[in-house]
Amino acid sequence: MLLEVENLNTYYGESHVLQDMSVAVDAGEVVALLGRNGMGKSTTLKSIMGLVKPNSGTIKYKGTSIFGHPPYRVAKAGIGFVPEERRIFPNLPVLDNLRMGIKHGRHSSGGGRNPWDFERVYKHFPILKDRSNQKGSTLSGGEQQMLAIARTLMGNPDLLMIDEPTEGLSPVMTKEVRDVLAEISEVGVSILLVEHNLKVAMSLADRVYLMGKAHLGYTGTIEELDANPEIRARYLEV
Amino acid sequence: MDATTAMYVAQGIHGLAYGMVLFLLASGLTLIFGMMGILNMAHASFFMLSAYFCYQFQIWTGNFWLALLFAPVITGFFGILVERFLLRKVQRLGHIGQLILTAGLGLIILEGVKVIWGTESKPVLVPTYLQGLVNLAGMEYPVYRLFIIGISLILLIILSLILYKTRLGMVVRAAVSDADMVNALGINVPVVFMTVFGVGTWMAGVAGVVISPILTVFPGLADQVGMDAFIVVCVGGFGSIGGALLVSIICGLLNSYGVQFFSQLAPILIFIFMVVVLTIRPMGLFGERE
Ligand SMILES: Nc1ncnc2c1ncn2[C@@H]1O[C@H](COP(=O)(O)OP(=O)(O)O)[C@@H](O)[C@H]1O
Ligand SMILES: [Mg+2]
Repeated sequence: MLLEVENLNTYYGESHVLQDMSVAVDAGEVVALLGRNGMGKSTTLKSIMGLVKPNSGTIKYKGTSIFGHPPYRVAKAGIGFVPEERRIFPNLPVLDNLRMGIKHGRHSSGGGRNPWDFERVYKHFPILKDRSNQKGSTLSGGEQQMLAIARTLMGNPDLLMIDEPTEGLSPVMTKEVRDVLAEISEVGVSILLVEHNLKVAMSLADRVYLMGKAHLGYTGTIEELDANPEIRARYLEV
Repeated sequence: MDATTAMYVAQGIHGLAYGMVLFLLASGLTLIFGMMGILNMAHASFFMLSAYFCYQFQIWTGNFWLALLFAPVITGFFGILVERFLLRKVQRLGHIGQLILTAGLGLIILEGVKVIWGTESKPVLVPTYLQGLVNLAGMEYPVYRLFIIGISLILLIILSLILYKTRLGMVVRAAVSDADMVNALGINVPVVFMTVFGVGTWMAGVAGVVISPILTVFPGLADQVGMDAFIVVCVGGFGSIGGALLVSIICGLLNSYGVQFFSQLAPILIFIFMVVVLTIRPMGLFGERE
């Protein structure tokens, strides 16, 4: 397994928002983490990333523990994170936003793939080339999402953790983001995807994890979930 | 040149010089706040400490230039130690912990300088060629004030070049808007914090040295100038270097022309200015958050 998370426990003050949460991603896989609002999906990603400090559990990446590591070390190890709020730098031009994603001292990874650089990113996201001198704050919601994804790709992650990438986007933009994720997966990047749009998630993922309140509720392949309307009704919006 | 014009010009130069010193102090304060979310209550104390170091260096070496070179460096190094070994340790206690720590540190520095140097004012002398007036294009200017303005301008240019032309500067500006995200992109943010804290403290140190020949060195120095710097940061907008520059100069000029035109009101003019601006724009002139 590329990423193995077991029995993770995370608190916000007194409230126990992750209770023995487990999730795993294999090399080359797209794994969807689904569930209703407030179940703890974002907290799971933030705990892996080190942005929120988990209390106990194990987090292994490529076989070594990254539990308790600061975010920059987790990122340098090869995990890219695109947060729910996108968090592009509004005061910097698009070009500098992309530059911020470059990880110095970490080059191509994942068995001789082409590294992501400006040329390759601009090929996948032509809109960012057109807007390269504009401030991040001037981009539309969909463009900001593209920028957030592209910025993380500049760091050449082996695993991309992406939180609700189609939230608030138009159907056209949603499809574009979906297609970009499919392309990224095709070139060999593993993806851990949190997504509320079930159609998008099912069209990309190999396996799913469904979260109940603070814990793992169900896990299976896409085909199994597809054949199980009762489970879908229990864990997802209907 | 008639006497009235000469007086206006002199007051303008005085105001500008004080404004630039305020900028040296406030830019560090605003950068540290913008990046780390820390309102560094000890910032002006570092400024004062550097002025005392300057005084002491001059006693030992008799040389103002050596004092100008070394006092801020020692102060900046002290700032780095404080960030690395104290502030970072209380980080998990949140902003209240950092506020209490830096306020406590300010008190320790205040009591410390009283114990070491006593409570009376200490003079700092500048070389004779920096004293007196210089005649430029038919007007007389106070040399030392011009010197302060010159040094501050050089630092302003260097700071701008670093902030806007280097990768470190880009990282700092990004971290001012979202330090956690910068961290999550693989950049060692704790080291960037330490660097910014050190540079900010060093600039406060330079401010302390250059103002000491004018105000002398005494334990109330931190409060007197620190309050003005704090107002500059509030009015300019937390985290905004441009805001700090503009408001520093306005404050400096308000200060000197205020004394001339409304001497009774002069001490509170800056406060009035702050209240007016913050009523209209609670986040300050160039700030993004309140
Ligand atoms: N910073 C925070 N402080 C306190 N509680 C939080 C914080 N962030 C999220 N929560 C709570 O933790 C729970 C899980 O949140 P989250 O991980 O964002 O859920 P999801 O992403 O599945 O919608 C929710 O009940 C939410 O209200
Ligand atoms: Mg969420």
